[in-house]
Amino acid sequence: MSRKITIDPITRLEGHGKIDIFLNDEGGVDRAYFQVPELRGFERFAQGRPAEDMPQITSRICGVCPTAHHMAASKTLDDLYKVEPPSAAKKVRELVYDMFTMEDHALHFFYLAGPDFVVGPKAPKAERNILGVLGKVGLEVGKQVIGMRRQLRELMTLASGKAIHPAFGLPGGISKPIAKEDQQKFIDVAKHAVEFGQFSLKLFNDIVLQNQEYVDYITSEMYTHKTYYMGLVDENNKINFYDGLLRVVKPDGEEFLKFPGNEYLAHVAEHVEPWSYVRFSYLKDVGWEGFKDGPESGVFAVAPLARLNAADGMATPLAQEAYEQFFDTLGGKPVHYTLATSWARLIELLYAAERMQELANDPEIVSPEVHTIPKEVPVEGIGVVEAPRGTLFHHYKTDERGLITQANLIVATQNNAARIALSVDKAAKGLISNGKVDDGILNMVEMAFRAYDPCHGCASHALPGQMPLVVRVYDPDYKLTQEIRRN
Amino acid sequence: MSKPKVGFYWCASCGGCEEAVIDLAEDILPVVEAVDIVFWPVAMDFKRADVEALSDGELAATFINGSVRSSEQYEMVGLLRAKSQLIVAFGSCAHLGGIPGLANMFDRKEMFEEIYLRLPSMNNDKRVMPAEEITVPEGKLTLPASWDTVKTLDQVIEVDYYLPGCPPPVDLIKEAVNAILSGELPPKGSVLAPDVALCEECPRRDSKPEELALKEFKRPHEIEIDPEKCLLAQGLLCLGPVTRKGCGASCVSVNMPCTGCMGPTGRVMDYGAKALSAIASSVDSKDEHEISAILDRIVDPVGTFYRYSLPASLLHRCYQQTASEDEGKEQ
Amino acid sequence: MSDNEASKEPFEPKIVAFFCNWCTYTAADLAGTARMVYAPNIRVVRIMCSGRLDPQFVLAAFRDGADGVLIGGCHPGDCHYQEGNYYALRRFTLLKKLLKSMGIEEARLRLEWIAASEGDKVQKVMNEMTKAVRELGPLRLEPRAYDLIQAQSTMETEATALAQEVHHE
Repeated sequence: MSRKITIDPITRLEGHGKIDIFLNDEGGVDRAYFQVPELRGFERFAQGRPAEDMPQITSRICGVCPTAHHMAASKTLDDLYKVEPPSAAKKVRELVYDMFTMEDHALHFFYLAGPDFVVGPKAPKAERNILGVLGKVGLEVGKQVIGMRRQLRELMTLASGKAIHPAFGLPGGISKPIAKEDQQKFIDVAKHAVEFGQFSLKLFNDIVLQNQEYVDYITSEMYTHKTYYMGLVDENNKINFYDGLLRVVKPDGEEFLKFPGNEYLAHVAEHVEPWSYVRFSYLKDVGWEGFKDGPESGVFAVAPLARLNAADGMATPLAQEAYEQFFDTLGGKPVHYTLATSWARLIELLYAAERMQELANDPEIVSPEVHTIPKEVPVEGIGVVEAPRGTLFHHYKTDERGLITQANLIVATQNNAARIALSVDKAAKGLISNGKVDDGILNMVEMAFRAYDPCHGCASHALPGQMPLVVRVYDPDYKLTQEIRRN
Repeated sequence: MSKPKVGFYWCASCGGCEEAVIDLAEDILPVVEAVDIVFWPVAMDFKRADVEALSDGELAATFINGSVRSSEQYEMVGLLRAKSQLIVAFGSCAHLGGIPGLANMFDRKEMFEEIYLRLPSMNNDKRVMPAEEITVPEGKLTLPASWDTVKTLDQVIEVDYYLPGCPPPVDLIKEAVNAILSGELPPKGSVLAPDVALCEECPRRDSKPEELALKEFKRPHEIEIDPEKCLLAQGLLCLGPVTRKGCGASCVSVNMPCTGCMGPTGRVMDYGAKALSAIASSVDSKDEHEISAILDRIVDPVGTFYRYSLPASLLHRCYQQTASEDEGKEQ
Repeated sequence: MSDNEASKEPFEPKIVAFFCNWCTYTAADLAGTARMVYAPNIRVVRIMCSGRLDPQFVLAAFRDGADGVLIGGCHPGDCHYQEGNYYALRRFTLLKKLLKSMGIEEARLRLEWIAASEGDKVQKVMNEMTKAVRELGPLRLEPRAYDLIQAQSTMETEATALAQEVHHE
């Protein structure tokens, strides 16, 4: 007879979720289950919609990362209509995308996961949030964070219409160029952004890396998994959020796969469990071997830690320096410490800022040529970007009028879903013994998922339905003894 | 004198409304000084049990975003209604159903099959489906029941005020919060936004003709969009004339037509029907066949006119599936 | 949805008609005074012009229990207000396309041009439409569209009874 503890709801992430922990008779953990309890059905109700509406429709999968969906959808539309956006359009898209990645990473570190480090994982519940962070770091520092995000989001609004649910993506480019007289704003904010990136890394160093207790948590076995890692890389194998080829490395760091996004079906497949609405991605080339890590299991990871592992470096100098320091400190590539994701995230933040600076200063960024009118009849398109939380795939098929007949969306958090389940289970097992459970311990179990910055709005876009259609009864040898079908 | 207690909750939501609150940026600081936020899952660690422990009416105001489509959401909003003096339906989903309300074109079983069986990346020969009660080796797990039909917040609990928009514009949020803190609120049931159409604040207003007469509708990627001229006059399906203002015409500012997220003005029962009426009225033809041909260029009437408001509409959901060309399925 | 409910009486459709004051309503009066026999299923609402017809009226009628909606206006070119009936035609055309996507059968919404003197046309149209809608059966939008909370609880109970057993590796 097992005792069950439920964390409901899990907090400081985007979306809904709960964790069920089954204790055994000794008071240790038999298993912890991480459940996504919500679903909305985007892939189904996208059918019948004009494809050009998809950037704005899919952005509603997630209001924290709407720009990721907007961009993936826009790229999918380019492929759907076989139309090449003008170079300036791609640069503006990438500029907006880097600003977004920056502010989203900042949101995660300071508002979502950060409180665990800045205020402390076992601090009183009422203090483990952004207000507690402000209390700890002081209002001046706090205002810097708030101000930086505000500046970035004001520019995102200027360029794309709305920071939450942008409007400017079109097949063949974007709907409006950046005005010449606005370029200086981008340049000024970019400069500030690079400083902010460095400031964030220094804060992380001072508050986290100088604290031996935190370092011990980060490098502890219970927050470690050795999986495959996936990320988009440019022609030099450096991280790029907007475009590139997909690179997958093995748990030992060796390159395993490199393929263009439109071949994703050959390599990525999805698995279903009855206890969560999220689908679990895995590498087809390795296969689904259950909730395990290691080279024999197809479980892989995406997002900052995975991207740093899968790439050979960062494309900008300051971020490259930070990248090298990261691996030097943590014992070389690849790094398997899940909690180190928060550090990797800040390195990416710095890269995004530097890249923003490059693009803002590029004269082509204010070119008026930002849209190529599509001429081809639409059939099928695939678009891939690196969302802040990981690799995001959009895939649409349409009729000849451009109305969606099928949409397949594999979102970042699905790609991490198996590893998140592993992390939560292992952390619970590592933290709970003799039945001793309190708010602080449960929060440390939650930290196991929080590092991934999961987006359950994204993970729950699918709508599977309520009624089990099949009941299967297995005997103790896992042989199917009875199957009852309904409908 | 203790500070008023406030809560934020999300149902079938995307989190954008939460982000909109955070977009108050520095202006959020005086607000958090003035109130005690006791429940806000995106940013704070208070759990359901903490809400259950509150006494009835202990929360001065709770802002709920997202539409209601599961048993868990239904229970939570019922709980929050009991514990709150004021409930504000925050954002399009709570107000009208939102974009996820388009799921009302289908039912659970349909979606079930599409997502778990038909999608190209799915590897599910055993036809496993999530279930509400699951027995695993260690014990029993549960998932909330998912409904066939998405509902707006006021279709399940009594709502005191509405903040429209997807997400609500930051300025409107600030005004609403100040109104609640000062107690200077309009009559219950009001939408906390100006009761005027978007055209009134649109920078292209002067180029909107007295009488719109359109021979053709265009899709945004098909043309070079004129950055100064009224979008509807250019043949784009801009719903400004039937949509409430308050957003500063943000989509129009990047040359994209308004899609109606702020919902209707005060005297309209069904946003989509009104929008359809306005657009149809602008067709420049007196011939039955020509009118039909022109309107055929509106390739997706449901998605265009009811993008945010299907659950709130008079029809509420799709009546039955037709084997129409629009819902073609890949096998 | 074409079968009758458990009730033993044969289904009689409720049809709401919006007739323009100057033409169709006058024709309907004419049909009445001439004692033309036509189906009693139509409930007439008089509007000054078919151009007054707001699509919301149609949807509200369906929602409130109508199985069919009929709209009557002056012939093109004869509108008392010059162009009102063209507006009706445009709105009606788009509304029809919308209703098709929503799965509401085409025969449930009809637009006819009926001049003031065409009492016989009123009779014909009313009879035709009543027959067509009777064959389709009741619309019953209300119970179908609005899932009752109780119905959902029943489904939950059933689902629990069908709980799935899965063993993991």
